[in-house]
Amino acid sequence: MATESPAKTPWYDTVLAVLKANQVEIVAYVPDKVLAPLIARLHADPYFTMIPVAREEEGLGIATGAWMGGKRTIILMQTSGFATLPNVLASLVIACQIPAILMISERGTMGDHQLAQAIVCRTLVPTLQTLGVEHHRITRPDETEFICDRTIQQAYKTQAPAALILSPLLTNNPAWK
Amino acid sequence: MASRQSPVTRDIAKVMNRADITRRLVARLENEEAVVGGIGHTNFDLWASGQRPQNFYMLGSMGLAPSIALGVAIAQPQRRVFCLEGDGSMIMHLGSLGTIAMVAPRNLAIVLLDNGIYQITGGQKTHTSHCTDLVGIAAASGIARAEWARDEAHFEAWVDRALAEDGPWLIGVRTDNAPPAGVTDRDPVRIRERFMVGLGVRK
Repeated sequence: MATESPAKTPWYDTVLAVLKANQVEIVAYVPDKVLAPLIARLHADPYFTMIPVAREEEGLGIATGAWMGGKRTIILMQTSGFATLPNVLASLVIACQIPAILMISERGTMGDHQLAQAIVCRTLVPTLQTLGVEHHRITRPDETEFICDRTIQQAYKTQAPAALILSPLLTNNPAWK
Repeated sequence: MASRQSPVTRDIAKVMNRADITRRLVARLENEEAVVGGIGHTNFDLWASGQRPQNFYMLGSMGLAPSIALGVAIAQPQRRVFCLEGDGSMIMHLGSLGTIAMVAPRNLAIVLLDNGIYQITGGQKTHTSHCTDLVGIAAASGIARAEWARDEAHFEAWVDRALAEDGPWLIGVRTDNAPPAGVTDRDPVRIRERFMVGLGVRK
């Protein structure tokens, strides 16, 4: 882990370190502006196998196959991408008890200018609750390591998917920059 | 990579039987190759061909069998991985063909079983009955080794090549609308656990 104070370590560096510490080697993603610095750092690190997918559902398919074959995957997406996933979460990931880790950049809240993002954002947490998927919203640099690390560990121990939601409080807050 | 025309076209490929083709594939697997069966009659016939521990039968998430197979192929690069997918399923996730082409796993082969209909829902026509050539789409997506099988012997020759040479492959097979030879077990946890034992991940 980084030696600087948590508030000075950017969230994406903390996330990268937590993924390595938990042997999450495969990263499937659909790009998002907020996730861009994390995606760039993961690409630059040969530890990770980076797979840009055309749709988020593919990422869950890859995570399922890779886990059955013995490797761990995280899928990176934004809120609108998550909204495409309820069927595959229900019929594949939850049905087969697959520990797929989702990291969702929360768009459409706290000052977003796009109405479309704001509307779909309202479906994020209710959908996760309806499906019974463990989920946590990360709002501060000093809680990022704990929430990510513990949530990923629990997902593998309980063979269940989990969602890590990156709030604008974390990713777009001048206080942390 | 430039797309190119398969020497055998969909129009001249023989219409074969899905259960027979599935049995012919499985009969050639001698090294615990993984097989991921797509939703519906595709995995019904895989089930009926003998319940190998290295078979995974996908029950929901229509269209994701190639992505699941890609995940297995990445996790276990020393093992050959086959995916059986229907035409109705394949047109749901055409983007996954580009993902597979880009990742370029040497050990992955997709067998496209194209009967031109959504057989399990009442035989409604898919795009392939009208105009769409999925082997052509696979080639244009960057899967260089995308071919139609002319007949059963030709299919077996492609399988042998996919077992021996670098992929990824997509082998297109035109199939009839005969009913499936069996029905899968419907317990997803049992199916997943058995597959993991078959892949040597679990004891």
